[in-house]
Amino acid sequence: MIKFVLMVNRQGQTRLSRYYQPVELGKRAALEADVVRGCLYRKKEECSFVEYKDFKLVYRHYASLYIVVGITESENELSVYELVHNFVEVLDKYFSRVVSPIMFNMDKVHIILDEMIQNGHVVETNHSRILAPLSALDTLAHS
Amino acid sequence: MALKIVKGSIDRMFDKNLQDLVRGIRNHKEDEAKYISTCIDEIKQELKQDNIAVKANAVCKLTYLQMLGYDVSWAAFNIVEVMSSSKFTYKRIGYLAASQCFHESTDVIMLTTNQIRKDLSSPNQYDTGVALTGLSCFVTPDLARDLANDIMTLMSHTKPYIRKKAVLIMYKVFLKYPESLRPAFPRLKEKLEDPDPGVQSAAVNVICELARRNPKNYLSLAPLFFKLMTSSTNNWVLIKIIKLFGALTPLEPRLGKKLIEPLTNLIHSTSAMSLLYECVNTVIAVLISLSSGMPNHSASIQLCVQKLRILIEDSDQNLKYLGLLAMSKILKTHPKSVQSHKDLILQCLDDKDESIRLRALDLLYGMVSKKNLMEIVKKLMLHVDKAEGTTYRDELLTKIIDICSQSNYQYITNFEWYISILVELTRLEGTRHGHLIASQMLDVAIRVKAIREFAVAQMATLLDNAHLLTGNTQRNGICEVLYAAAWICGEFSEHLENPMQTLEAMLRPKVATLPGHIQAVYVQNAAKLFATVLRSQEGNTDRTAAQETSQLMIDRLPLFVQSANLEVQERASCILQLVKYIQKLQQKDVEVAEEVNALFAGELNPVAPKAQKKVPVPEGLDLDAWINEPPSESESEDEKPRTMFTREETKHSRPRHTEVDEKELAKRREVRKQEQASNPFYIKSSPSSQKVYQEAPGVDHIPVVQIDLSVPLKVPGLPMSDQYVKLEEERRQKDRADKKKKEKKKRKEKGGRRGKRDSGPESEEDITPAHMVDIVTEEMPENALPSDDDDKDPNDPHKALDIDLDRPLADSEKLPVRSHRSSEALKTMAEEVEVVAPQEAKKKGGKEKKEKKKDKEKDRKKSKEEKKKKKHKHDEGEEDLMGGQTEEPMVQSETTNDVVAPPPTTTAEVSDLDFWLSNAPVPSNSQEVAVTAVTAPAAAAAAAAAGVPPAASGSAPDSEPDEPKDAEVDESKSSKHKKKKQKKEKEEKDKKKKKKHHHHRHHSDGAGEESVQNGTVEEEEEPLPPMSNYCLLAENSYIKMMMEDADTVCDIQGNLQDGSQVVVSLIFENKCDSFLKAMEFNVLDSLNSRLQRPDGAGPHDGLTVPFQLPPGVSNEARFVFTVKSIVMPQKLKGTLAFIVKNEDSSTHEKLDFKLHFTCTSYLITTPCYSDAFAKLLESGDLKASSVKLEGVVMPFPHLLARICFHHHFSVVERIDSCASMYSRSIQGHHVCLLVKTADQTVSIDAKCDEPSLLSNVLDEIKLTFSQC
Repeated sequence: MIKFVLMVNRQGQTRLSRYYQPVELGKRAALEADVVRGCLYRKKEECSFVEYKDFKLVYRHYASLYIVVGITESENELSVYELVHNFVEVLDKYFSRVVSPIMFNMDKVHIILDEMIQNGHVVETNHSRILAPLSALDTLAHS
Repeated sequence: MALKIVKGSIDRMFDKNLQDLVRGIRNHKEDEAKYISTCIDEIKQELKQDNIAVKANAVCKLTYLQMLGYDVSWAAFNIVEVMSSSKFTYKRIGYLAASQCFHESTDVIMLTTNQIRKDLSSPNQYDTGVALTGLSCFVTPDLARDLANDIMTLMSHTKPYIRKKAVLIMYKVFLKYPESLRPAFPRLKEKLEDPDPGVQSAAVNVICELARRNPKNYLSLAPLFFKLMTSSTNNWVLIKIIKLFGALTPLEPRLGKKLIEPLTNLIHSTSAMSLLYECVNTVIAVLISLSSGMPNHSASIQLCVQKLRILIEDSDQNLKYLGLLAMSKILKTHPKSVQSHKDLILQCLDDKDESIRLRALDLLYGMVSKKNLMEIVKKLMLHVDKAEGTTYRDELLTKIIDICSQSNYQYITNFEWYISILVELTRLEGTRHGHLIASQMLDVAIRVKAIREFAVAQMATLLDNAHLLTGNTQRNGICEVLYAAAWICGEFSEHLENPMQTLEAMLRPKVATLPGHIQAVYVQNAAKLFATVLRSQEGNTDRTAAQETSQLMIDRLPLFVQSANLEVQERASCILQLVKYIQKLQQKDVEVAEEVNALFAGELNPVAPKAQKKVPVPEGLDLDAWINEPPSESESEDEKPRTMFTREETKHSRPRHTEVDEKELAKRREVRKQEQASNPFYIKSSPSSQKVYQEAPGVDHIPVVQIDLSVPLKVPGLPMSDQYVKLEEERRQKDRADKKKKEKKKRKEKGGRRGKRDSGPESEEDITPAHMVDIVTEEMPENALPSDDDDKDPNDPHKALDIDLDRPLADSEKLPVRSHRSSEALKTMAEEVEVVAPQEAKKKGGKEKKEKKKDKEKDRKKSKEEKKKKKHKHDEGEEDLMGGQTEEPMVQSETTNDVVAPPPTTTAEVSDLDFWLSNAPVPSNSQEVAVTAVTAPAAAAAAAAAGVPPAASGSAPDSEPDEPKDAEVDESKSSKHKKKKQKKEKEEKDKKKKKKHHHHRHHSDGAGEESVQNGTVEEEEEPLPPMSNYCLLAENSYIKMMMEDADTVCDIQGNLQDGSQVVVSLIFENKCDSFLKAMEFNVLDSLNSRLQRPDGAGPHDGLTVPFQLPPGVSNEARFVFTVKSIVMPQKLKGTLAFIVKNEDSSTHEKLDFKLHFTCTSYLITTPCYSDAFAKLLESGDLKASSVKLEGVVMPFPHLLARICFHHHFSVVERIDSCASMYSRSIQGHHVCLLVKTADQTVSIDAKCDEPSLLSNVLDEIKLTFSQC
């Protein structure tokens, strides 16, 4: 299952974090820093899976944004790798440009993420179904 | 009011929103902390306002700050406030914050239970969705317990959006509240076949996650998953299922056999790499599970390896990585197939990506052979030189040592080469693994006797050049090597060419900078060297040399005597005094060398790491008992420091050197030897324990190649191992040449006969070790136990979920439904019930486990018969327990003629699985079996009661064609079985008693005849037996229907609003071994009651049951009835039509039943407070009625519990033997009871606003107790 999803910028600052297994607040920052360091320093030609302690990291790099997913041994690395891309595609569809809007719309990104992953498992991969609650919310806000 | 709102919105305009906060933090890079603290102050102000919009905005900002690492737990209550907002826009912000900030110890979570429950039942699907998502993040055991039932209801919600979320969150609920697993599991299983693929995928996810931890409990689901796997096109789902099969196959090799074909098909057909990868992984798992005793599936392995090669050759690094990862799994069982791809893997060692190189290294471990070891290690050594990061270099180092030392140095043909590799490795700067190298040096030097001379020479050079190792950094891990070097030189000093030089090297002042434990070894071994030097020097005529050596010791040792390290200090001062004494003797011209050498006589043998642990404590030895009386306090204090040192000393198991005269020493030595001789735990060198390392036939005649050692040894730090590689090549060529010559000779001798051996490529056996090498195996005590116990982590939350899911649900296991119990008395009652039920369940569980185990035995026939016996015994036992009950129910045996058998137990399910796994075509005689099954339901029932489910007799002839013996046995068995059946029919009456008892255990009571038994049992057993509202509705040989007594589970709120709905839960259970599908449920409506049908359906149309039943499976469906008047009980006739699908035929069948709606079923347990109760009675609207029950022998609390349970009353107040009770009908009629008891007589005074309802309810109560 998926342990956490992180979105970080090139400087290693966390833009979004979601934990599916409880991690103490105090330890989160250290973990994030450590995890991000493990991914940021990897070169482009290196593979996207990193063994980290007792679990694995799957990361993808989009412009100045890194998305890092922590998974347990039982998860299929490639499917998570695709999931990340799917997530970014959905973000792209909803926000026209991914990078800066997500900083200001963290809550909406969370809604998207929650539609896709729930307690560490993939629930939905269909773009329009993922965005349905969000568009319902937007129509609610406009009316 | 309006003004306030306007004011609020103006305020909001000045508030920062999330965007402002993010921008603000960005603009205050220098004083971020300060800026944030002012922001937090603002947020605190905002939270104090009444406006929910402001609060939500503040909470939203807090969520962001929390993500940045700020503690916002102080705002937990505000988060709850925002969560409970009625507007979805705010609510979701609240839930988001909660899901990010709350954890198990957040105390306000307690407050959220009702709010969450409200949101879960909200008509807005997004409210429910957001609550479910939030809950999945912060669910606590309490929340899980309280909400489990609500979430379970949501699993059957009409909207797939809710269903899938509810299904997924159940996993978290199970983890926090394991008791919920069994009640919820049937529904979860049902969701595997949900029409919505999302829900299906969610259910697969949850079950896979559960099954991965406790696979054995989910084995019976394999057929269902197999069907899903072959039908699903969703890759996400497929991946999960295939992963699950990977976890299941080790438990059931036959499953693996069945899987191979569809998996290989998928491997061939799929274009999705992730799916391909998963398939390959599972095929590997299958092959691993099959590898023992099954025919080789070399084609499948080849396919996997081929596909993996394609992955590894791909330019995509990710695929390359995964390919190598999967390859390493194959390596464990099929090393040969991987070895053929050595080229590719060696190529990966040069990859730019470190993680790929590491994976390739893992693979190398399994790929070495005697032939290629040197070559591979040479390549690795090159990498060591090139490596940039220390971590990778360290990894390489450990891998080299791992590869070389694996399985007792199996692949090393030349130990000189290995020693030089180790010496070369010491040149690595800053490695953490000095210790590892050192232990390897020690191990090789001790265990390979032939190498000692060479090793000692190498170590001497190392010691001579110690400054190179310790050179730069003080805390350099590599200096550990000196520990080994010093010890080897000392212990095997007889092999030293120039011991004097080494002795001097060991006593250099610089040694004092080494870590303490190394210095200690230096000092100790200097003494050994000293002894050796003395011996050689005393042989000479010139005595001065020996005296000079002593003087050297006396000069240098004081340096160590001053050491801060106690160990060094003590050893040094002992040895110093000893040497001084020796010097004295030398001055008197006494020969001392022999005596000094005797100090270090004897050989050390290697001991296996866990040898001591594995010695069992001999019988009669109590290690805790005092051998002597404990000494007084003061004495023990004196002893303490001594034990501290002896502990250190045992490390080298050397006698301590104290200043005693030689005689004393000799005497002590004698004593020690004797002691050792009689001590069973002292490990002596015995020839039997030494494995001689020369399996290759005909090694003896091969001459050992002399290697010129003088060249490389003097120059440390030069790569020398390469030369061994060349030498080895030459040697092998020479060997080959020799062999060829011999073969030629042979050929000549034998004339035209062709030589059998192909002298082309070398085979493994052809490579002979360069040295005659004895590898001394590690010694183990004679009676060592082979056990290696590794305990599972007791803290694993999944341990609690190791629950047998096939066992029928006990009543006590039902999920807690929201209801109020107003009386203490009732609570204790309920507890009692709960205490009893699990005990019974446990008993049963134990038995089932035994049976399960049996099933696994290959000899099926035996196990079945044994089972029968068992069951018989078991039944007899039960009968004894029943005692006096045997006489009365004779009458019932007629009424229950078609009440057949308990639901199939695990044995039945397991045999169904057996049936599924043996996928042979159905033999012709299956029809016969089917006929007997149809025509003789009673016999089948009897068989079932005797523990052989009808399915088993059906499956017997179906065993696989490749097990002909088994089949024969089974056939003869089935005929036997028939004979038995006849016998059984004779004994039918007898059986029925047993049968009924079974019945009672699973779903007793509710219907009249069952409760009789309850009563009789109760007379004997004080605690209340488990009660259930499920009663048998109808049954034939295919299916059994059980009805739950109407509204105990119906949605209370809905009914109160509606006032005319009754929900009937029916359990359908497939009893035959065919698939049941297209089940249609229909009821003949009466004027008063009608089945609720979907819009557009005619009044006589049946309802399709929303599931199919594989063999042995049961499932629950609910039907809603509309009732106009509830004052009278009524009966409805109905039929269930279904299709029985065999492998080659399908038949329509139907089953008639009668639904009985009692007036009781219209009552809903409703709590009532005593003051409200009193008011109700005083109001005068109620009509009174009363009834008297005679001869009720039952404790009063039991009586009350019975009324509460069967007739849905709640206790308002209880005083001694008098209690007031209350219930309410679905149409809002109040029913009040006053129950009094005296001398077996119970009088019930009742009041209700509807007299006919009341009289009917009282009649029903009377009926319940009249049967007691």
